[in-house]
Amino acid sequence: MKILVCISSVPDTTAKISFSDNNTSFNKEGVALIIGPYDDYALARAVELKEESGGTLTVLNVGTSETEPQIRKALAIGADDAIRVDAEPTDSFFVAEQIAHIAKEGNYDLIMMGRETTDYNSGVVHGIVGQILGIPSLSPVMELTIEGNTAKISREIEGGKEKLEASLPLVLGCQEPIAEWKIANMRGIMSARKKPLNVVPPVGEALTSVTNYSMPPEKGACKMIPAEEAEALIELLRKEAKVI
Amino acid sequence: MSVLVYAEIAEGTLKNTSLEAIYYGSKVAEQTSQSLLVLAIGKAENTALEIAGNYGASKVLHANSSNLEVANIVAYSDVLTQAAEKFDSKIIITAKSSLADAVTARTAGALQAGVVGNVTELPDLSNGFTVTRSIFTGKAFAQTSINSDVKILGLKKNAISPEVSDVKATIESFNAEISEGAMNAKVVDTIKATGVVPLPEADLVVSGGRGLKGPEHWQPLLDLADALGASTACSKPVSDLDWRPHHEHVGQTGVKIAPNLYIACGISGAIQHLAGVNSSKVIVVINTDPEAPFFKAADYGIVGDAFEVLPKLTAAVKALN
Repeated sequence: MKILVCISSVPDTTAKISFSDNNTSFNKEGVALIIGPYDDYALARAVELKEESGGTLTVLNVGTSETEPQIRKALAIGADDAIRVDAEPTDSFFVAEQIAHIAKEGNYDLIMMGRETTDYNSGVVHGIVGQILGIPSLSPVMELTIEGNTAKISREIEGGKEKLEASLPLVLGCQEPIAEWKIANMRGIMSARKKPLNVVPPVGEALTSVTNYSMPPEKGACKMIPAEEAEALIELLRKEAKVI
Repeated sequence: MSVLVYAEIAEGTLKNTSLEAIYYGSKVAEQTSQSLLVLAIGKAENTALEIAGNYGASKVLHANSSNLEVANIVAYSDVLTQAAEKFDSKIIITAKSSLADAVTARTAGALQAGVVGNVTELPDLSNGFTVTRSIFTGKAFAQTSINSDVKILGLKKNAISPEVSDVKATIESFNAEISEGAMNAKVVDTIKATGVVPLPEADLVVSGGRGLKGPEHWQPLLDLADALGASTACSKPVSDLDWRPHHEHVGQTGVKIAPNLYIACGISGAIQHLAGVNSSKVIVVINTDPEAPFFKAADYGIVGDAFEVLPKLTAAVKALN
């Protein structure tokens, strides 16, 4: 089985978000980059599947050279080789086009990624890839087992779960609890340095572009209600906030 | 040319967030001097679809056949793509949800459309087509220009407050060809909590964290939710510990919600939790620790033991009813 896992490189979930250049670019100063948390789940399950079935696992990132630490980490966790498409991942369609282009050439059985990236939260890349390749796309996948040519999947739907069976190839957007995040061991970290990382140029063009960033308005002061008069809250929610 | 809104059907009725999307679509149609079309896919009675008229739609296209009764991402996007082609729709609008994202993503792939999610305001047409969207899970906004011929917008809940009329929409059936691969992914079982509003749709949410000390202590929270008619949610640790089901986890890596009221009990307010709930209109925090960071993001706060506070709130709500 050939697996392609697509990872994003995003600010750590605890990072303070700010903008520079008159609010036209994201301020990267002091921000630690990590593998997208959802992508990390996809990667962890892909490593397990590779161990179970003895296939190959390629990791793909669309990003500039500053994402290489995240790619090396994915290699240390268990991917065999890596491809980086050398471009800023600013547009969902553009990123999907890169993934589809690489996937077509590599003839993969499974193309896995997170349900969404934690920076732009669009959650559409897997679907666009599936459409371009003409194969089904499923998201958010919470359980995945492979039996022969069939994937058994459990997917979250609003207020519940759906169990599906589908034949490969497939594109999957993943989330917990599909697998536990993996931590690279020393042997993995050493071997990751020698694993191949191919850098390729992008194809096509972005269809959207960010012109400006802004921050939400500051929250006003919190109105405190003494615990012994807690019931007064209900009156405030009804008459002042008018939400119940 | 027309503006096309894909409206989701859940349990035979149009979802509230889809009604918002229809109203938003009617405003975009006005802005761009086009007509508005609504596409609904799946099983629903005509009477349940006519309500789209209250939100500004004169016509609803209804696609319903046996292979569309269960939501199928490939089949639904086939329908949406063909409707957009037939009615020459260059602007496609949906309310963001996991189903709508999946469906519009494939449609974007088919139509080479620029797609932008979590849109929070009407588009700015003064220089091309620019939308404001929420990014970094609600921590910031990005003004984003869509430069493709076909544009797809996924709206965030509460992006617009609809003014409702009593006009009824006419219903017209719409047939599409479903691609062969659509039925490759077969649903073998569906497990769904019944009788509760799914969190992304909920207007009132009561949520619990590790401060409640164990799953056996959830009853006071459930009682308040029940009295309010609210949905229940939880923090990531609570779902990781299996105290509550996974689909209740709200936060950066869980469900993102935008209710009118969010009541957090025993949740300290880690930045990752705030990211999933910061689009709530009003936030109430109940915590024993006066230094809990969540109070800084709250509108109303009570420093106290949730087990003493919650029954008082429940009694006060019941006294109203």
